[in-house]
Amino acid sequence: MKTMPRTGMLIAIGLILATILLGYFGRDLSKALDARWLVKFPSAWVIPFKTHISAAMSWLVEEAAIGPLAFTDITRAIAWLIEQPYQLVLSLLATGFITGQGPEAQVVLPAISWIVVTTAVVALGQYCRDWALAALVGGCFLYLAIFGQWDSAMVTLASVLIAVPIGAGGGLLVGIWAYRHPLGEKILSPILDLMQTIPIFAYLVPILFMFGFGPISALVATIIYATPPMIRITTMALKAVDPEILDFGRMAGTTDRQLMWRVLVPSASHSLMVGVNQVIMLTLNMVIIASMIGAGGLGFDVLAALRRLDIGAGFEAGIAIVVLAIAVDRLSQAFAERMGQVHHVNPGSWITRHKRSAMVLVLLVLTWVLGQFSPLLLAYPESQTITTGAFWDNAVKYLNVNYFDTFEAIKVFFLHWFLLPIKKTLLGIPWPWAIAMLTLLGWRAGGWRLALMCGVMSGLIVVTGLWSKAMVTVYLCGASVILATIIGVPLGVLAALNRRAGVAINLFIDTLQTLPSFVYLIPVVMLFRVGDFTAMIAIVLYALAPAVRYAAHGVRSVSHELIEAGQVSGCTRWQLLRHVRLPMALPEILLGINQTIMLALSMLVITALVGTRDLGQEVYIALTKADTGRGLVAGLAIAFIAIIADRLVNAGAKGARIRFGLES
Amino acid sequence: MTPKTKLSCRNVWKLYGANADGFLSQTPSPTADDISRAGIIGAVRDASIDIAEGEIFIIMGLSGSGKSTLVRCLSRLIEPTGGEVLFDGVDLLRASEKEMIEIRRHKMGMVFQHFALLPHLTVLQNVMFPLTIQATPKAEAEAKARDVVELVGLNGREDYYPRELSGGQQQRVGIARSLVTEPDLWFLDEPFSALDPLIRREMQDEFLRLQARLHKTIVFITHDFEEAVRLADRIAIMKDGEVIQVATPEELVINPATGYVAEFTKHIPRSKVLTVGGLMTKGDTAEGEPIPVNTRVSDIAERVISADGPLPVSDQNGLVVGTIDRKAIAHVLFGSGEPS
Ligand SMILES: Nc1ncnc2c1ncn2[C@@H]1O[C@H](COP(=O)(O)OP(=O)(O)OP(=O)(O)O)[C@@H](O)[C@H]1O
Ligand SMILES: [Mg+2]
Repeated sequence: MKTMPRTGMLIAIGLILATILLGYFGRDLSKALDARWLVKFPSAWVIPFKTHISAAMSWLVEEAAIGPLAFTDITRAIAWLIEQPYQLVLSLLATGFITGQGPEAQVVLPAISWIVVTTAVVALGQYCRDWALAALVGGCFLYLAIFGQWDSAMVTLASVLIAVPIGAGGGLLVGIWAYRHPLGEKILSPILDLMQTIPIFAYLVPILFMFGFGPISALVATIIYATPPMIRITTMALKAVDPEILDFGRMAGTTDRQLMWRVLVPSASHSLMVGVNQVIMLTLNMVIIASMIGAGGLGFDVLAALRRLDIGAGFEAGIAIVVLAIAVDRLSQAFAERMGQVHHVNPGSWITRHKRSAMVLVLLVLTWVLGQFSPLLLAYPESQTITTGAFWDNAVKYLNVNYFDTFEAIKVFFLHWFLLPIKKTLLGIPWPWAIAMLTLLGWRAGGWRLALMCGVMSGLIVVTGLWSKAMVTVYLCGASVILATIIGVPLGVLAALNRRAGVAINLFIDTLQTLPSFVYLIPVVMLFRVGDFTAMIAIVLYALAPAVRYAAHGVRSVSHELIEAGQVSGCTRWQLLRHVRLPMALPEILLGINQTIMLALSMLVITALVGTRDLGQEVYIALTKADTGRGLVAGLAIAFIAIIADRLVNAGAKGARIRFGLES
Repeated sequence: MTPKTKLSCRNVWKLYGANADGFLSQTPSPTADDISRAGIIGAVRDASIDIAEGEIFIIMGLSGSGKSTLVRCLSRLIEPTGGEVLFDGVDLLRASEKEMIEIRRHKMGMVFQHFALLPHLTVLQNVMFPLTIQATPKAEAEAKARDVVELVGLNGREDYYPRELSGGQQQRVGIARSLVTEPDLWFLDEPFSALDPLIRREMQDEFLRLQARLHKTIVFITHDFEEAVRLADRIAIMKDGEVIQVATPEELVINPATGYVAEFTKHIPRSKVLTVGGLMTKGDTAEGEPIPVNTRVSDIAERVISADGPLPVSDQNGLVVGTIDRKAIAHVLFGSGEPS
């Protein structure tokens, strides 16, 4: 792209100003002109996509069939396939094996005792790394037992244990397929791109409709959400295998299958384990969202508590999720490391080689047998649990009693000076003007294709009658992204320039990223109660990480020659930052902001829970009413916003790279 | 008796770029200019070589000259754009996928610059790997693997993992692994380039010792002329994808085909290339322990110079065929470098 000539710049600034003014006074203006349709799309003009889609979905579920094979048969088969292992694991960990129903129900075999599970994770921790890890994970599981979260945690763990192997295994297979067939990769790549831009919300409702409310739906949604990174990482890891190793495999006379499974996959195992870890983290991230379509466990507890505004219970369950996530994350990372390491097999019988497994098995049988006589061996006694609910309630009460004014002042300040003006402006922009501006922007940034896409997608949002909800969404995410950028980019720059700060900031960001997204909501709701401000803070906390990471990476990777050239010409540190580092890091920073936008959009469900009136709420309502059309249309609208933002920012970043000669 | 040709290639081309195949069928023998004008990379251009059974054939050239590509065409790891590759008189390029797997399993072995060991397997498992994938019974595979491990002097390290070994040891594993199937044809792509000079020297000796026992047909790549001279029966010099000369080390020094070859050979001391056979005078008048004809001047110089008179030179069969004196040696060592 050419550098914008002066007049072009002036026109751009003029248009931006015009848009802002138009937005700010839009409402009054349209009233004055007696043309309210300009800001509020008249409901008579709305094309009823909702009803059409609902009808289509009903047809799909009730009538669609290929020959004798009905669509529902396929979904039922998938559900059955997932349900079998899930029931098994669930019975083992949480419910026990039961025959009969209702009052005649009889426990054939109780669930594995908390003692055995805790011992098993301790043994696993010690096997994977050392006693420190064993103590950490053991402590985490003991916490779950003592604080009365055991049963829910085991339900959650059961779904993790099912979703992760399916997601990782499926991702591996698809990734291998894409690696083998270049055409496959070409088809898959845009689909994966799209899946990463479309927030999970968009496909919750169709899944609900196809699989019904319940844990299977939740598992399907989780797997769909957690698999794409594994596919990517698999293809990349296989491509990154040293070509000499590939040549060796072929020279040794391997068949294609041997080459893949005995040479390539083992050689890439280290990177593949990174993918598995990703799957695990994403799965845990989905725990609460999945409970909206029927997953039980800790996610459900949090969700229920949030709905009741029962801060104490929500906080307890939230902490339990974090504790579980930490334990699973650390264990899986250590396991991955261990797999990549050299370990010699000790000679001897099975028992001497598998001391830990043997011990856990013995313990399992013991607790099952002796558990007949002492239930303590099977379930942690309820009377001994500690509940912290009251403590959190009191803490919140204390803070609210003593610091209410401070919190209120902060909240009001932000609302009044930051959030509301943005909201008013965005909602006031007449939709025809907004479509025109987006199209223009698309054209400037990426030519007519992008222009067309921006125009059509924003137009579609308008004709579905979701314009104002979409604008509330844009406002909430936009405000959060602005705040995340204002906080995150300087943090990233600091992390890049100062080693000690870098370590601290990295630790902070790592911690933020290990936490499942919903957990952020709980303390914020505690202090600020429901509302836009709360939603914004939760989104900022969740979406901060990429802004920091990319900025730090961008600043770090500015070429040394350039820096030295700057130093030689006598730049001060500040000038160096201002004129060399920041401009050169701009493309990277933009990509970070892009990621931040995507994360912000994926947090939209939160805004629904705290009562904002945006697209998230629309999907949420559709979920509770199982209204496919409504949910899908709102989900697509979110997806459109995400895609427009993604493509515009990416085109901008590309333009910047070309301007700086980093790309041709 | 001239030994029979084991492996040869005729007019092999490897071109990279869009529509390289079409380009070559339209212009069957393009010049360098044609190729670069078409925006194509000529990694190997019109290469023809013959490699005799039991010979150490070295391919030499600077980085990017196409050595690896040529060798991979010979083993058909890369599909040549044009030409033919004859292995025991059969065109490899016509072999089916299945036949190719069989040939590689039993008749070819390869050693790689960066060892290409599988990180998740122990030394023994790595060495056994080529047998494992052929479903050789485990006991037999293990016995064979232990034999070659011993052959390369790694006994005692069977249960180590590659990353627990030094570079030299890792390459010994690579060598053992490539020999475990008892191949006829042994490819080595810069096997010692990643090693320190001292270790490299040791490995070269080891390599010569192995070859003295095994008599494989060897295609060895290096960019180090000194290494080439030490090991080679014959050397092919490559430049920009073309084979510009194929000759014995001595011929290369004495009769370089082009200025480029001369430049290559200039920096190596003559005494390390020239053999006694090329300098001797006919006759059998000298006294003392005979020197074999293929001895390099540098290895014998001290003895000849400190001897009182000329020393006898013997051929492969131990018959004295000539004599060599101080003057001839001194000429090589201190002269202008021009052979007499
Ligand atoms: N897949 C490929 N696509 C395009 N060009 C290639 C490809 N592989 C090799 N080349 C080119 O072919 C030429 C020869 O490469 P080759 O690897 O055979 O060189 P080499 O002599 O083995 O060099 P080195 O000593 O660095 O290993 C190089 O110019 C290289 O850039
Ligand atoms: Mg090479």
